Amino acid sequence: MKAHLQEQPLRPMPAARPLAAADRARVLEVIGRLRDLPGALLPVLHGVQDALGYVPAGAVSLIAAELNLSRAEVHGVVTFYHYFRTSPPGKQVLQLCRAEACQAVGAAALEGHVKRKLGVDFHQTTADGCYTLEPVYCLGNCACGPSLMLGDELHGMVDAPAFDALLQEVQS
Amino acid sequence: MSVKVYVPRDATALALGAERVAQALAAEAQARGEAVTLVRNGSRGLFWLEPMVEVETPAGRVAYGPVKARDVPGLFEAGFLRGGRHALGQGLTHEIPYLARQERLTFARVGVTDPLSLDDYLAHGGYRGLRNTLGLAPADVVKAITDSGLRGRGGAAFPAGIKWQTVLKAEGPQKYVVCNADEGDSGTFSDRMLMEGDPFALIEGMSIAGVAVGATRGYIYLRCEYPHAHHALNAAIATAYQRGHLGTDILGSGKRFDLEVRLGAGAYICGEETSLLESLEGKRGQVRFRPPLPAIKGLFGQPTVINNVMTLASVPVILDKGAEYYRDYGVGRSRGTLPFQLAGNIKRGGLVEKAFGLSLRELLEEFGGGTRSGRPMRAAQVGGPLGPYVPAARFDTPLDYEAFAAMGAMVGHGGITVFDDTVDMASMARFAMEFCAAESCGKCTPCRIGSTRGVEVIDRLVAGQQPDKQEALLRDLCETMTHGSLCALGGLTPGPVLSALNHFPEDFSKPRQAAA
Repeated sequence: MKAHLQEQPLRPMPAARPLAAADRARVLEVIGRLRDLPGALLPVLHGVQDALGYVPAGAVSLIAAELNLSRAEVHGVVTFYHYFRTSPPGKQVLQLCRAEACQAVGAAALEGHVKRKLGVDFHQTTADGCYTLEPVYCLGNCACGPSLMLGDELHGMVDAPAFDALLQEVQS
Repeated sequence: MSVKVYVPRDATALALGAERVAQALAAEAQARGEAVTLVRNGSRGLFWLEPMVEVETPAGRVAYGPVKARDVPGLFEAGFLRGGRHALGQGLTHEIPYLARQERLTFARVGVTDPLSLDDYLAHGGYRGLRNTLGLAPADVVKAITDSGLRGRGGAAFPAGIKWQTVLKAEGPQKYVVCNADEGDSGTFSDRMLMEGDPFALIEGMSIAGVAVGATRGYIYLRCEYPHAHHALNAAIATAYQRGHLGTDILGSGKRFDLEVRLGAGAYICGEETSLLESLEGKRGQVRFRPPLPAIKGLFGQPTVINNVMTLASVPVILDKGAEYYRDYGVGRSRGTLPFQLAGNIKRGGLVEKAFGLSLRELLEEFGGGTRSGRPMRAAQVGGPLGPYVPAARFDTPLDYEAFAAMGAMVGHGGITVFDDTVDMASMARFAMEFCAAESCGKCTPCRIGSTRGVEVIDRLVAGQQPDKQEALLRDLCETMTHGSLCALGGLTPGPVLSALNHFPEDFSKPRQAAA
């Protein structure tokens, strides 16, 4: 019997290719700014993802060396948290809520529509590189679902026509 | 004379177009030469009326909603700046029945004030609690919290005073106050609303906790799905430092309290307090064995008060108005008020702060107005994804911790997600297991493996493959998860699963398509 679990992407520890000089400088800037915070690793990873859009393998080894941690420890933290990405996203990340309150008002139908419309599944990026689709479990907009977050912008009461209108607006 | 107009900056209001409304209002006022002062308040929590615009008039604040940007010229035509009549008019805000019937203690200022104005906060009773605290012995502050009957609002309902007392008595070179703002439960948004709508209340509550137990450092662990709350908290903290309400000499008392926001990274499990502490330390958010309790060995191994946003934000009013004032609300051992959250398929969704003791039906029908779809309510999930489903036949149960526990449910965080009669409860049971599998920290086997096996067993049960055998297996698995898991994720996931199976067996008995 096959389980129909939501596929989680496997994220094996990739071979660390050195970062491009500019990216390396940005990562070092983030580390330099935050390294003295108690429990600095999460703030550093957030800083790197804010700067580069993801946490490349080359940054993992750099962070490990600078914070005196093993690569395995840093990799373990990066892959434990859903939010941290190990590959670059599309121009915009589209987070679609799958949680109960949104399900109660049609999130599953919206999910099907969005996947068809964009031609991608969760954790994938559209062919034109515009959108990366991610599931999210609750955006705190539970009285006005179905909800999605496009970049940093929250949208509520999104049905299929509202989603199409939103895409149109973003593209124009 | 400039007229004050309020347009919320709450995330839900923004999700429904509040930013455009604010822009349209400013542009229209300018074009008409009307002097308008735009205040970006929190939400009053009447979400079906958002974006809800309010205008200050001599008679009080008058509400209009739900306002779209295109309604703005019409509002000016109708003279809304003087409270003029309009199809979207709701009358005086404080007389709207949904609000008028509430008992707002923790949410007294949310939606009323400018969240980022310390002066507004002070003008509405802010920092009176901390001032009183500074004149009391630490043990008396803890006693006030104990006497108020305040219990942990994050879901576990542990008496806050006992936690604080343990930290007060514990020895350590550096004690901490940690706020659990990882509000990951579907159907809950009160933490978010408060952080966006009255961030100083949380800052004051944490400062009181710090002074009470002798902790000089605080952290707010905020989920990264809440960018608006992040901005509001950081802005309020910066102001509090500038004005001497945080830092080395709070309110001139010579006492120190430092506060910082840390972002989570999309792990539901980090709402569990020991996982949260691991995460704050920069590690994978894996659950810790207890004992030792966080109150004894918490953050970085030091004595730590860790409480939810609602718990800490309820502290200022207790220290301001007294333990008795707070305790006089509520019933039995559930004292004070709870900000209930009406979510899911509900006509008038939003925030209802009431004393414990009203029934679920009163809340869902009289406040909520039934379902948004107009169909009959079939079930409600109370207390988030780990809360059991309550069938409509049990909606007359009073909302207090003990009454809900007695029927095998939980009040939890007070988040209530409503489903109409189209819901497939077998798929909701399956989702509970699927969610647990996705969010398990992996430390203990019943949760890590049991949740995946649970999905498979429910699939076989629904497909009608030896259903009696599958049901027995599912119940046995739930027993193992309940008693064998390290924390509430694995331990409570059987709640929604078994309540769905027990109350809605018909949904499991006929072959259905596998859920999407």
